[in-house]
Formats: sequence, structure tokens, C-alpha cells
Amino acid sequence: MCAATSPAARQGLAVLDAQEIRRALTRIAHEILERTHGGEQVVLLGIQTRGVPLARRLAARIGEFEGLDIPCGSLDVTLHRDDLRLRPARALGKTELPAEGVDGKTVVLIDDVLYSGRTVRAALDALTDLGRPRSVQLAVLVDRGHRELPIRADYVGKNLPTSQREVVRVLLAETDDSDVVLIGETA
Amino acid sequence: MNRHLISAADLSRSDALLILDTAEELASIADRPIKKLPTLRGRTVVNLFYEDSTRTRISFEAAAKRLSADVINFSAKGSSVAKGEGLKDTALTLEAMGADAVVIRHSASGAAHTLAGWVKGSVVNAGDGTHEHPTQALLDAFTIRRRLRPRGSGGEHGLDGIRVTIAGDVLHGRVARSNVLLLSTLGAQVTLVAPPTLLPLAVGSWPCSVSYDLDSELPKSDVVMMLRVQQERMNAAYFPSVREYSRRYGLDVARMAKLPEHAIVMHPGPMNRGVEIAAEVADSSRSTIVEQVANGVTVRMAVLYLLLGGADFPGVTQ
Repeated sequence: MCAATSPAARQGLAVLDAQEIRRALTRIAHEILERTHGGEQVVLLGIQTRGVPLARRLAARIGEFEGLDIPCGSLDVTLHRDDLRLRPARALGKTELPAEGVDGKTVVLIDDVLYSGRTVRAALDALTDLGRPRSVQLAVLVDRGHRELPIRADYVGKNLPTSQREVVRVLLAETDDSDVVLIGETA
Repeated sequence: MNRHLISAADLSRSDALLILDTAEELASIADRPIKKLPTLRGRTVVNLFYEDSTRTRISFEAAAKRLSADVINFSAKGSSVAKGEGLKDTALTLEAMGADAVVIRHSASGAAHTLAGWVKGSVVNAGDGTHEHPTQALLDAFTIRRRLRPRGSGGEHGLDGIRVTIAGDVLHGRVARSNVLLLSTLGAQVTLVAPPTLLPLAVGSWPCSVSYDLDSELPKSDVVMMLRVQQERMNAAYFPSVREYSRRYGLDVARMAKLPEHAIVMHPGPMNRGVEIAAEVADSSRSTIVEQVANGVTVRMAVLYLLLGGADFPGVTQ
């Protein structure tokens, strides 16, 4: 590969830029409000790592539209994963629930990419140990297909048809300095 | 991380911080209605205890059970050890039963290290003779960090600049050695205080300073850790009388008053109330003794998760 190639080009092609990510989140925020009757009893839980900033952005967006203060937290699913034995032990992320907890709430789980569905399966198990929500919904920025479990998202930023050889990466300003969704071949 | 946890010296600063940070996340489990995680389902942890212990064995057992591992408890009393079976044969028996980790406490220094050469699973040292007790040091570091460097104080989260005084029987205490090694790795300044007869010869090579005068050290301490006088290991006269020891090296109410306002008092247990620590001190709000026990379960969960939670270690042929 020539030295002039920018790091972004090497990582893949941009399929969503910062503007498009912002619009997708705005639409999801409106959809959440619509489907939950104005955000009643809603708790947003971001799945570590990139679901967490997305959850905060959605909460802020909903706050702007309706002047609501939607409780927002984070969920680390590492200890509930089914592929733990395939890799060395991983460091844990933070699990932080809002003070009011999740009992009787409508919990919206938020993640960056929906792929096999195994992370969401682990999140559902983790959530069961934390309380008993009235219902659980799922919002993702990108749905790239290839599900291995019977799981679907309630809110999708963008449906992205991919091949399983491809890698989808979501970069966010909070964790990676810029907002972009990249698609590239595996190395 | 290594495959085994034998000595606090094997832990790099980043290993130690990884364990403490993992424990920090696991600590919230204790406050939940369901104190159980599926992480180590199908893994077997054997508690191999050749020496009496209440808190360490129960603590390891609770930690393994909260992570859904199967636990087999073995104590030398009432086992084939009484018939003369050696450590190696016991180890091979446990291995054949499919132990993924062996937690060992033994009266011989180096027993855990020797065992690690015989079994395929991970070995965790839960105290070997007068050598080391690394998970005790980890839970002490965790307790100090939670009390004196709570989260959000920013940056990478070590114990830099914290002054720790460890007083008591350093010679027979494995807790002292592990603590000196781990706390200095994490950046704390450690001072040992003991009568000269209760200090090991090699103490000059340890990463700490030594003093014989508890009263002059207390005003400079953020943490004071009292060690038990291990009468069961003493087969000679190390000090004239218990009363004299207590008067010079025991922590009573008057001495506690010399500590800075924020300082905490620690003890790894079991305590000899009235010898190295006065009952009023042990029960005061500065004492973290009960907290240490609770933190012990959390820290041991972190250790078991990091040793057993991932893929089998590379180079380990099954």
C-alpha cells in the first residue's frame, strides 16, 4: 500500500458521515418518542462501549425536542457473553443504572452495530439480573444483517447490506475524535 | 497476566491495575438483588487448604460461586493426607477430576510454585508458609484505593504518594511481604515497623523503609496496617512478653489519635484484640476491617475471572 493513503481510506469506505449520523439519531429520537407515547417511563441503556455515547446523544436530543429529562445509563455485557472462551479475558466496562432503576420501565437498549445478535442476547441476560423492565426495545445506528439469533431492532439508523468478510466500524467523537461509519474488507 | 498468581512480585503495575479496575466493576454485583454471574459456568475451582483458614477459604468459595464456577473444597483434615498422601499425588488426583484452577494454602513456603509445575490449570496462592499471600495484598490495595483515591480523582488510578505503615510480625507474616511488593508497584511508600527480632534478614532488599518506632511513624501515615502476632509459628522468644509488645507496638486509642484526620486503620484478620490492636480501635469508624472482608470476595472474583474467564492460555496444550 502506498504511503500517501490516508488512515481513513485504509480502514475503509465512509458510508455515513457526521451529518448523516446526526440525522439518523434525530429520526430515532423522534421514533422513540412516538412509540413510547412521549417518552413515558423510558430508560436509555447504552451497551459498552460505543452504545454509551449514542445513548447520551439520544437522551440529549429527546431533551431538546420535548424538554424531557430521560434517564440514561450504561450496560457492560462482557460477563454474559457466549464467546468468552474464544479470546483472552477482557477488561470490564462500566455498568451504571439511573437512580430509579429499570423495574417497570421501558428500557431501550442502544448499540452501534447489530450483526450476529449475540451482544444483544448477552445484554438481555445482563438486564434480567438488574431488574424487571416492563418492556425492552432495541435501537442501533447500523444494522448490517447476518443474524445468528432471533433478534431484531426496533429502531435502525441505517440498514447496511454487507458481506461477512467485511468489517463495519463506527467511530464517534466521544471515543475516536470524529463521527463516521466505515466499511472495509478484513485485512 | 500470568496463568498463575503465585507472588505479588509477578504482577506488573498494569496487571495490578487491571485486577483492581475489574474488581471495581464487580463490586456493584454485591449490591444487586441477584448476586450471580454466568461467566465461569462449567469451570471447576478446587480450594486446597492444608492450613486452617476461615475468611480466605470462604472468600474464595463465595467468589467462585458468584461467578457460577463449581467449587470443590478440600481440607487436609479428614482427607487422604492424614493417611500420608503427598502434595503431588493429591494434586494429580484433583487434576484428574478436571480442576481448572487450584487455590492452595499450605504451611510450606513455595508450595504454590511447586504445584504450578504439576498441574495444567491455574494456581492461585492463598498463602504459602511465611512467603506470600497475594490476594490479601490485592484486597488491601483495593480497600486503600476505594477509601483514599475514590474514582473520578482522575487519570490512571494507582496509589502514588500514599504512605502506608505496616506494623507487627513481619517475619512470620506473608501478608507483609505481598503488601510491600504490591503497594510499592502501585506507587505507595511503605514503612515496616516491628521489633528487630520480628523482621526478616533480607528486609534491606525489600522496596520499603524500616523503623522500630511506631509513635514517630503514625503522624506521617495515610494508612496503618496492623499485623497479627503469629503465636502458632513462634517457637522461640521474639519479645519479652505480650504485654510489653502491646505497649510498644500495639495500636491503642492514644496512638490512633496521632494519625492524620483522613488516615485509615487496617488489619488482615484474624485479630488478637488487646495485643496488636485495641478493641476500641478495631471497632472505630477508621477501621476498614469489615470492609476488607467484603472487598476480599470482590477482588478474588476479579482474579478468578481474569485467570479463567477467557480462552485457555496459549501454549497450554489440552
